Amino acid sequence: MSIQVQNLSKTYGTQKAIDAISFSAEPGKVLGFLGPNGAGKSTTMKILTCFIPQTSGTATVNGFDTVKEALQVRQQIGYLPESNALYPDLYIKEALTFIASVHKIHHPEKRIAEVIEETGLGPEQQKKIGQLSKGYKQRVGLAQAILHNPQVLILDEPTSGLDPNQLIGIRALIKELGKTKTVILSTHIMQEVEAVCDQVIIINKGKIVANETLAQLHQQHQNQSLEQIFIKLTH
Amino acid sequence: MLTILQKEITSYLSSLVAYVTIGVFLLVLGLFLWVFPDTSILDYGYADLGNMFSTIPYLFMFLIPAITMRSLAEEKKEGTFELLATRPITDWQIVLGKYFACLLLVLLALLPTLVYVYSVHQLGNPIGNLDVGAVIGSYIGLFLLGGTFVAIGIFASSITKNQIIAFTLAVFMCFFMFSGFDSLSGLLSFQNSEIQNLGINEHYGAISRGVLDTRDLVYFLSMIGLFLLFTKTVLGGRKW
Repeated sequence: MSIQVQNLSKTYGTQKAIDAISFSAEPGKVLGFLGPNGAGKSTTMKILTCFIPQTSGTATVNGFDTVKEALQVRQQIGYLPESNALYPDLYIKEALTFIASVHKIHHPEKRIAEVIEETGLGPEQQKKIGQLSKGYKQRVGLAQAILHNPQVLILDEPTSGLDPNQLIGIRALIKELGKTKTVILSTHIMQEVEAVCDQVIIINKGKIVANETLAQLHQQHQNQSLEQIFIKLTH
Repeated sequence: MLTILQKEITSYLSSLVAYVTIGVFLLVLGLFLWVFPDTSILDYGYADLGNMFSTIPYLFMFLIPAITMRSLAEEKKEGTFELLATRPITDWQIVLGKYFACLLLVLLALLPTLVYVYSVHQLGNPIGNLDVGAVIGSYIGLFLLGGTFVAIGIFASSITKNQIIAFTLAVFMCFFMFSGFDSLSGLLSFQNSEIQNLGINEHYGAISRGVLDTRDLVYFLSMIGLFLLFTKTVLGGRKW
């Protein structure tokens, strides 16, 4: 199990963002993380990427504790934040070179060229990030997340802002990556879950209300559509 | 740390911030030294750079906060701090990378002022009649003073998301650290307390005379260390 989360809670002031959740994720599967706005998806991801610490409980990534062994965890993880904040002043290659040197990647040029190819940034690679459209910025974020070939990918709404053609390409890429890596992705698009995910966790008001494979979930709910299941469980 | 430094320098040099602030600094300094009659070296009659070294700290008070104000405030506001903080680098590496990048820019601003040293050196009668020891001492003093102001500026930038607030706070703190304690020492109740030793001016003045005393050196280094430590603590504060 490359991600182990046990009784994880996070309290902001008096508000409980997540409440004693436990789950695990393994390589070779794409885990879909669903839930209404404010359910605690992003908070969980921020804890897993060591950006903020939990209030209680433990989370480990490839056996490394997210609080005590943060640096090792960060080396293993590729993270695309929801806000997808980038440095607008840098050229795409400059930004990727920066990330490559943070991770001390050998032969960065080769790897950067590969990643630009994979994410379809080729036609725009001469531009500054600030000049890119939203969809291309999203790809830069994704390229930064996968650049160091991490074992674990955490993608917070990776396909927001993409047009339908781009969607297909990026979903195929995520599915491909999911064959060998552990991927957790959050999304609000149910077709995307159907298309990409193997396992689904639905979280509502900080608590897990479903943790099943896609097939099991359909079975348990008399083959209702995922949208209906989602509404039933989180309403 | 070098990675951060390199990225910072790239983004300073690819935006106008560095050029404008350094340009304005050199312009204002040039005006003070050669044009404005009250402070002009030409009107003063002596081949002496004392004026330059007493003017620069006040220009630094504005120049340095202008350079440092964006360093952390912008990262926090734009959310790119999340990008940095979830990569395998420590908070110290982030803080030091930013610190040295800004310090390098300050050095870049100081470099062209060597032209003035040469000019005044030539203007002396006989040529070269210039107190070289004091000039070297003053440059070391300026470097240490710049280093301290950068540390203060980075700290101010770390406590807010708003660059204007970071700038204003940094200007105030630089000013207070520079001459605030001198002014306080004039107060009746502080007159025998030697409180002016806490201020930068006292130590900067000592080094400017060309006397490099370890006490002054220790003072500057501990000020820099202290403010960088504050900054690191503030950054760690996201782990509330």
